[in-house]
Amino acid sequence: MAISEVTVRDAELLAIDEINAAGGVLGKKLEPVVEDGASDWPTFAEKATKLIAQDKVATVFGGWTSASRKAMLPVFEKRKALLWYPVQYEGLESSPYIFYTGATTNQQIVPGLDYLKEKGKKKLFLVGSDYVFPRTANKIIKAYAAANGMEVLGEEYTPLGHTEYSTLVNKITEAKPDAVFNTLNGDSNVAFFKQLKSAGVSAEQMPVMSVSVAEEEVKGIGVDNVAGQLVAWNYYQTTDTPANQKFVAAFKAKYGADKVTSDPMEAGYNAVYLWAEAAKKAGSTDVEAVKKAAGGVSLDRPEGKVTIDGDNQHVYKTARIGVVQPDGQIKEVWNSGEPIKPDPYLKTYSWAGGLV
Amino acid sequence: MEGVLNQLPIGLSIGAVLLLIALGLTFTFGQMGVINMAHGEFIMAGAYTAYLLQGVGFLVALPAAFVVAGLMGLVLERTLIRRFYGRPLDTLLLTWGVSLMLQQLARDLFGAPNVQVVSPAWLRGGLGILPYNRLFIMALAVLSVLAIWAYMHKTGQGRRMRAVMQNRRLAATSGIDTGRVDQRTFFIGSGLAGVAGVALTLIGPVGPTLGTYYIVDAFLVVVAGGLGQLRGAVLAAIGLGLLNSYAEFWSDASLAKVIVFVAIIGFLQIRPQGLFFVRSRALT
Repeated sequence: MAISEVTVRDAELLAIDEINAAGGVLGKKLEPVVEDGASDWPTFAEKATKLIAQDKVATVFGGWTSASRKAMLPVFEKRKALLWYPVQYEGLESSPYIFYTGATTNQQIVPGLDYLKEKGKKKLFLVGSDYVFPRTANKIIKAYAAANGMEVLGEEYTPLGHTEYSTLVNKITEAKPDAVFNTLNGDSNVAFFKQLKSAGVSAEQMPVMSVSVAEEEVKGIGVDNVAGQLVAWNYYQTTDTPANQKFVAAFKAKYGADKVTSDPMEAGYNAVYLWAEAAKKAGSTDVEAVKKAAGGVSLDRPEGKVTIDGDNQHVYKTARIGVVQPDGQIKEVWNSGEPIKPDPYLKTYSWAGGLV
Repeated sequence: MEGVLNQLPIGLSIGAVLLLIALGLTFTFGQMGVINMAHGEFIMAGAYTAYLLQGVGFLVALPAAFVVAGLMGLVLERTLIRRFYGRPLDTLLLTWGVSLMLQQLARDLFGAPNVQVVSPAWLRGGLGILPYNRLFIMALAVLSVLAIWAYMHKTGQGRRMRAVMQNRRLAATSGIDTGRVDQRTFFIGSGLAGVAGVALTLIGPVGPTLGTYYIVDAFLVVVAGGLGQLRGAVLAAIGLGLLNSYAEFWSDASLAKVIVFVAIIGFLQIRPQGLFFVRSRALT
């Protein structure tokens, strides 16, 4: 497990501990079986098969990149087993055997664009890693821009794990956009922000809106290099809800006071609770029964109220835009006011007609 | 137009990074024929040394990383690689295994997430398109090359190193302890990787898999430049840096990678031994 997956697993194990301490589910204690997808897509599929067929687990929580989810999807559909996927993703998917507890595009990217538009940022430059999530996300961004009088000055992709960004920074500064929309993955963010910062491009003159940079990543990038930049998520460690105070305190107590919590961790943590609630409602851990009972299950979670949408098995989530603070935390500067109904195919957005 | 001109210094600075990461490999691969896949992890060790010495000072980290990575290389050479000389494929697998173990070790010691190495204040800011940290890396690359050149051409140890490189058996029959020369070469080659690691903390991520991002580029420079050839490595690094810079400027990063690979393959068709090589019957 690399970088961020480890912390999602830790958050899920914390949820299992808490549920067990409160008596478990249907009179039984939950027993976690942990497997490592090793950031390798075929391994994710292989381990998923093992968990379902050999360990006969009731449900699986996991997956990281969209590629890992796409690799596991046929396994879960064929074996009629259940996967809870905790990461924000590019939408345009709705498998009957997957529950998506991270944001789909209309709960993260579209609100991010709304915010930039509200701030008068009309010219965008798109930067992403070269794989499915950024390419799909940018298609949506371009459609949004065309419909909202915004201009996309450039669209650049770099290979996964790319660390040399001086040429790209040069291209961006030459294009002079109002803002950059960043869908880079993992370590590339570190190189990108370090090199952008040392090229003298400040967040005030050209803010970067990121959708894969959370508290955990801020530490690795170096607060100096990313302070003042924008991020779009549904949860921050600073989100002010009673459930979040409990979550942050419990996480620090279990894993160390220097640990931070982040959106994917919270989505993984929620997933366990949502499954447990659905199983209680169904009176069984049987996959079909849980699926049937899950629709409408609603809980107060650290990010606020979350409700499972029975139609597409995504979750109603509140969108939140934040600014990275000098202490490494993220301060919310805007939110959607209420949980947004998940719309993975963007059917309710007229400008998105040509995308699906 | 300004953008096009900017790509020239950018290309040179990419070249400097390539040169730093490949310099050590030029000798371990060049002199000893060892395909050291763990070279990237020595770079990582250097980067973590800079992380650990953050309070002490950035410049102190350079010699410290040289020694840390150098010792790691020495231990690797003494315990394992020495037993596999003349078996390049086995060494490749062996060192790859070692590299995986070192990555896991780093994960256990420092955690899986990237760590933060704060750039010293005197490296903030820049001159024209080039930030000071890039200029620092270029200066460091030049200094490293000069130091290596001086070592090879002005010291007895360096002379023996060149002798072994040119003809191992003849050197041995002339009374040179080739085993000791190998140890030294490996120490220096690995140490240079450590120095590169410190420099890379200025511009890139510092995490357990850092080495994997650079190892392929390092091998490309060595192969294109010619084994064990200092001037070959310098020219290849600058050439590839510029090619990278302009190819990416006029296309995109993914296509630039393809262009660079195709160019190297094409080049090796014409000059299979790289830019420079020693003409000798003993070299195999």
